[in-house]
Amino acid sequence: MKRIDMEFDLVVIGGGTGGPMAAVKAKEKNPKLKVLLIDKAHVKRSGAISMGMDGLNNAVIPGHATPEQYVKEITIANDGIVDQAAVMAYAANSFDMIQELDRWGVKFEKDETGDYAVRKVHHLGSYVLPMPEGHHMKKILYRQLKRARVEITNRVVVTRLLTGANGEVSGVMGFDCRTADFYVIRCKAAVITTGAAGRIGLPASGYLMGTYENPTNSGDGHAMAYHAGAALANLECFQINPLIKDYNGPACAYVTGPFGGYTANARGERFIECDYWSGQMMLEFHRELQSGNGPVFLKLDHLAEETISEIEHILHSNERPSRGRFHDKRGNDYRKQMIEMHISEIGFCSGHSASGIWTNARGETSVPGLYAAGDCASVPHNYMLGAFVYGRICGHNAAEYCGAVADRAIDEGAVAAEQARVSAPLQRSEGPTPFQIEYKTRRLVNDYLQPPKITRKYEIGLRRFDEVREDAQAMLATNPHELMRAMEAMSIIDCAEMAARSSMFRAESRWGLYHYCVDHPERDDANWFCHTLLSKGADGSMTMAKKAVEPYIVPIDDEERDAYQRLRVERKAEAA
Amino acid sequence: MSIATTLTQAPVKVHEDKCIAEKGCTVCVDVCPLDVLAIDLVKKKAFMQFDECWYCLPCETDCPTGAVEVSIPYLLR
Ligand SMILES: Cc1cc2nc3c(=O)[nH]c(=O)nc-3n(C[C@H](O)[C@H](O)[C@H](O)COP(=O)(O)OP(=O)(O)OC[C@H]3O[C@@H](n4cnc5c(N)ncnc54)[C@H](O)[C@@H]3O)c2cc1C
Ligand code: SF4
Ligand code: SF4
Repeated sequence: MKRIDMEFDLVVIGGGTGGPMAAVKAKEKNPKLKVLLIDKAHVKRSGAISMGMDGLNNAVIPGHATPEQYVKEITIANDGIVDQAAVMAYAANSFDMIQELDRWGVKFEKDETGDYAVRKVHHLGSYVLPMPEGHHMKKILYRQLKRARVEITNRVVVTRLLTGANGEVSGVMGFDCRTADFYVIRCKAAVITTGAAGRIGLPASGYLMGTYENPTNSGDGHAMAYHAGAALANLECFQINPLIKDYNGPACAYVTGPFGGYTANARGERFIECDYWSGQMMLEFHRELQSGNGPVFLKLDHLAEETISEIEHILHSNERPSRGRFHDKRGNDYRKQMIEMHISEIGFCSGHSASGIWTNARGETSVPGLYAAGDCASVPHNYMLGAFVYGRICGHNAAEYCGAVADRAIDEGAVAAEQARVSAPLQRSEGPTPFQIEYKTRRLVNDYLQPPKITRKYEIGLRRFDEVREDAQAMLATNPHELMRAMEAMSIIDCAEMAARSSMFRAESRWGLYHYCVDHPERDDANWFCHTLLSKGADGSMTMAKKAVEPYIVPIDDEERDAYQRLRVERKAEAA
Repeated sequence: MSIATTLTQAPVKVHEDKCIAEKGCTVCVDVCPLDVLAIDLVKKKAFMQFDECWYCLPCETDCPTGAVEVSIPYLLR
C-alpha cells in the first residue's frame, strides 16, 4: 500500500448532491481556499441523483407555501421531535436555491404564466415541484465544480477522520479502490456528504445491491463521524420506504399522486389519505399487509391514456430509468394492472426520515471543524433540495472556519493504526469474504431489527453482530475492489449496532412504523419528547443520551399536532 | 486455500463488436458508481467484473457506441 499525502484547507467527503454544492459554495465564499471534493465513485455520475431526479419533494415557493407552514408540516410529520431552527434554515433558503439552480440550467416544471407548477402530496401543504427533464442534474453540478476550480479525487474510499488534541478535525484518510494506495489528507475542516446508510438491511430479493439508495452509500460517513467523536441523532427513526416489490425503487406516489394515482389494497381501495412518506403512512401500509387485505399496490389503471404516458415518460427516463425495463419483464403495464408494492428493508436517511449525524442550523456537527449535509446529517425530510441548501450552508460556514483557524498537525500514530487496519484484509490468504460478512450482517438486521421492534430480538441481534464483528477481524480481500467492500462491511456492522442501541434506548413507540416497539406500544411524551444522541463513550463503546427538543419558533396547536396520526381512510361500518 | 468461486450470470452485457475500448475508451468503467466494470486487457473490451449492479444505467446511457446492455439483475427480475 503506497502512501499518498495531500494538503487542503477543506475536504468535502462525497460528491453526490450536497457535496458538490458545499465545495462550490466554499470556493465562492473564499476563492483562495484549497478545496478537495473526494468520492469513492466518479463525481460525474455518483450518488442518489446519478441519473437525475423526478422532482423536488419539498420546495418552499412563495405563493404556494411559506417557510413557517413548511416547518409546521415537518414538525407534525415527525411527531414533534425536530430542531425547528434547523428545518427553518432549510425552508428559508429553499426558494433562493431553486432560483439559483434554475439559473444554472436545471429545468423545473412551470405553468403557462411561468410560475413553478407546484403539486400537493403532503398532508397539509403543497411542496412538490416536478422536473420532467431532471436527468441533467449531475452535468450541471459538474460544470459548476469546474467553474469554481474545485479539485476532485475520484475512486478514493474515505474510511476515517483524523482529529487533534482538542478533538478538532485535522485530516481525512482513505484508499483508492483500484490501486489500494493509502491517502492521508491534512486539512482544517471537512464536510461529510456521504448520503444515506442504505445497506444496513437486506432487500427481500436477497440481492445485496438491490437497495433503494445508491449502494455506494453504505453508512461510511455515519461510521467515520462516530469514530471521530461526533454525536448521531435519533437513529431509531429508521428509513423504511414503500417501494415497487423486488425492484426496490420508488413507484413513485409523489409523481403519480398529483395525476390521480394512489396506493391501494388488493381490492383496489384506497386505505390511506395521503401518500407522503411518513412513519404513520408506513405503519398503515404494514397493517394493510398484515390484515389480509394485501398485497399493497400502486393504482394507475383508472387513469386516461395520455396521463399514463406522461407518467411513464417521467418514471422511465429519469432518476431510476430501469423501472420500465423491470415492468416489461414482469408484464406490468400501468394501463392494465396495479403495480405490486412492498415495504423496504431499514436504513438511515434524513432525506426521507430524520436520523443521522447530529447537526445544527449551521451544519455543524459536535466535532469542531466537522460539518455534515444531506442524507447523512440529521435535518429531517431534507430530500434533494435540503442536501443542496445544507451543502451551501456547510460550504459557507466551513470556509469561514478555515479562514479563522491555524494549520493542523497530523497524528502519525493514528495514521499508522488506520493504515494497518485498512490494509490487513489484503494481506490474508484465508478468511470470510466481504460478501459473506456483509450478507450475514444484513440478514441478521432483517431477522432481528426490522420493525415491529421487540426487545428480546434486539438483544439477540446485538449478540450476533458482536460475533460477526469478531469474524470480520479475519476478513479476506484479494484485490482493492474487494477491499472497498470489506471496509464497507465494517461500516455496515457499525450502523447495525447503532440502529439496535438507539432503538433499545427509546422506550416508547414513535414515528409510526419507523420506531414501533411491541414492548412499549404507546407514545410517551412525558419521558421521551426529546432527541436521542448516540456517541462513542470514554470506554470506546456506544453510549446513549437524551437531548431536549429545542424551543419551537413556529408554534403548533393541538388540533394540528396529530394530523399525521389520522391517515387511515375512515370507512363506514360494512353491513353484516 | 478454502476459497471457492461461484459462477453468476452478470446483468450487464457488452456487445464486443460495438465496444471501442481498444481505441482508448473507458467511459462505462469511469461512470459506474459501483465500479463493477473493467476493460479486459487481452481482448481490449469492456466487461462486467463484479455482480454488484444497481441497474442505474449510466454505463449504457454514456457509452458512445451503444455497446452496453443492462438487464435487471436476475434475483430481482
Ligand atoms: C431512488 C431515489 C429517488 C429519490 N427521489 C427524490 C425525488 O424525486 N425528489 C427529491 O427531492 N429527493 C429524492 N430522493 C432523495 C435525494 O435524492 C437525496 O436526499 C439527496 O440526493 C441526497 O444527497 P446527498 O448528497 O446526501 O447524498 P448522495 O447524492 O447520495 O451522495 C453521496 C455521495 O457520497 C459518496 N460516498 C459514500 N461513501 C463514501 C466514502 N466512504 N468515501 C467517499 N465517498 C463516499 C457516494 O459515492 C456519493 O457520491 C431520492 C433518492 C433516491 C435514492
Ligand atoms: S463505454 Fe462503450 S465503447 Fe467505451 S469501453 Fe465501455 S462499452 Fe466500450
Ligand atoms: S447499471 Fe449502474 S451499477 Fe450497473 S454496471 Fe451500469 S453503471 Fe454500474
